Amino acid sequence: MSAIREDFAEILKLVRPGARVLDIGCEDGELLELLTREKGVDGQGLEISPEGVAAGLARGLAVVQGDGDRDLDHFPSRAFDYAILSKTLQQMREPKHVLSELLRVADQAVVSVPNFGHWKVRWALLSRGRMPETGALPEPWYSTPNIHLCTLRDFTALCDELGLRIDACAALSDGKPARSIDPRQPIENWRAETALFLLSRKADPLAPAPPPQNLFGEMELPKAEPPPKKGRGRRA
Amino acid sequence: MTAQGPIKAGIEIGGGTWRFPASQPLRLDSGAKLAPLEIAYKTYGRLNEDRSNAVLVCHALTGDQHLASTHPVTGKPGWWDRFVGPGLPLDPERYFIICTNVVGGCMGTTGPASIDPATKAPYGLTFPVITIGDMVRAQAMLIEAMGIETLFAAIGGSMGGMQVLQWAADYPEKLFSAVVIAAAARHSAQNIAFHEVGRQAIMADPNWVNGAYLTAGVRPEKGLAVARMAAHITYLSEAALQRKFGRELQRDGLSWGFDADFQVESYLRHQGTSFVDRFDANSYLYITRALDYFDLAASHGGVLAEAFTRARHVKFCVLSFSSDWLYPTPESRDIVRALNGAGCRASFAEIQTDKGHDAFFLDEPLLDQTLRGFLAAQSHSRGLA
Repeated sequence: MSAIREDFAEILKLVRPGARVLDIGCEDGELLELLTREKGVDGQGLEISPEGVAAGLARGLAVVQGDGDRDLDHFPSRAFDYAILSKTLQQMREPKHVLSELLRVADQAVVSVPNFGHWKVRWALLSRGRMPETGALPEPWYSTPNIHLCTLRDFTALCDELGLRIDACAALSDGKPARSIDPRQPIENWRAETALFLLSRKADPLAPAPPPQNLFGEMELPKAEPPPKKGRGRRA
Repeated sequence: MTAQGPIKAGIEIGGGTWRFPASQPLRLDSGAKLAPLEIAYKTYGRLNEDRSNAVLVCHALTGDQHLASTHPVTGKPGWWDRFVGPGLPLDPERYFIICTNVVGGCMGTTGPASIDPATKAPYGLTFPVITIGDMVRAQAMLIEAMGIETLFAAIGGSMGGMQVLQWAADYPEKLFSAVVIAAAARHSAQNIAFHEVGRQAIMADPNWVNGAYLTAGVRPEKGLAVARMAAHITYLSEAALQRKFGRELQRDGLSWGFDADFQVESYLRHQGTSFVDRFDANSYLYITRALDYFDLAASHGGVLAEAFTRARHVKFCVLSFSSDWLYPTPESRDIVRALNGAGCRASFAEIQTDKGHDAFFLDEPLLDQTLRGFLAAQSHSRGLA
């Protein structure tokens, strides 16, 4: 068996056993399968490619075709304990909206972002004056899917603006063990290549949590309105 | 169109007509009772000892129980022959596959062409109006009579998919998994409109005789053929029609008349005339009516999610086709949203194809791959070999 990806190993540590997990951009479902096997989670995936969905189904996972930009709205509030968004926030059209949606559908969000403040990135710009191509950001500017890159400092500022609490943070880089960090330390904005955050809401602006089994706590049900009279009893 | 031949020897094919005594009527949504009820069905494979491997396949509007064996009227292979068979996603060596003709149908299950025991004549228009819920209730009676407590899966496309949704709403405790292909949770105005065109075509045929054509010894074939032609257009996509026929002519030059000049005309006429050999006009009226009446949310306080609150243990797989304009992808997304809202674990994929609604009968590798993966994983978790 191949070694577990560093970010997966870190997420595996963060997630509570038996939790309800939404993995946004779950690809072929590798992480969800791992979480299901190791932590017994109740998982749901969201994946844009139909091939990825098919692969997830073959692993026995529940996967909905869709993307984080559009389809998070479909999930009821607090339907999950964790929403995981791994390395794709910078590819979203509206990362700010997505981030607040993550913490609407789930109590905690696990989000990883490449740090544009990393020294390699700064060095590439400074020394060559070209857009950086690094391990975390391997694509040239014209074909990169990353449209909303940010530094560690940008990200923590956005968390503050959205009223999010950073419960944990780890620096990740390829082939090295994860390192627990304080993302507000200026030095980390130079040396963390990718950062993985565990986030929750500081003050909960949502209505009191519905009981876990009743997901309709917040929905207004137009109860038993009689069907319109016309159309009934009409014979073709 | 079908790559697979008929089911190979060695697979057990069963079936026949299940006759319920008059004391066991089918209670209809309209309040009426239908008795005696007969259900024509086919089975493929063998029920295992703990009766855990039963799969119910629900057919579409003009389908029937001849799922994977030669059709007795047309002599053609079963309608999902390419999907059911050894080594195929629905393998009779692993599953006990059941397909029943729906109530209101015309291939052996009680319908408007059946004899009304009260009058000793065909029901015709005295047959009660039926619903998708009634079709499912009849299937549940058969499943119970067979001694099957839980279905490993209920699977269906189009109207079959609606039956599967109804199963999830009415009998969730009898379901382990559910596959809904190219369906919707209710009929749209456009769906109803197309059906109304078909019904009017049938009723405008003088041979319809107010539904009593069997007694009169005639058949409204023209009307039924036109109904089929109109409906058939909705099963294809514009791109598929263009690719298949374009403006190609039947012969050299135009006829300057109203013969079938264009290949697409000839194709539709063939679809119409071959349909009347195997389908009953009144069945067409009743089943299209059942579809038009279908609105799963309406019977659950207007909130579709409420239909699925008891089905949280059921594993759902919902599939749509990108070029299906009869039940387009947003309809399937609504179903998935409701399932998510109800707290069900659902899977959903939109298969990219230009073949339109009927793609679920056709060769779509990603459809096969998706269903194969889903069924294999579910059968593993169900403990089926």
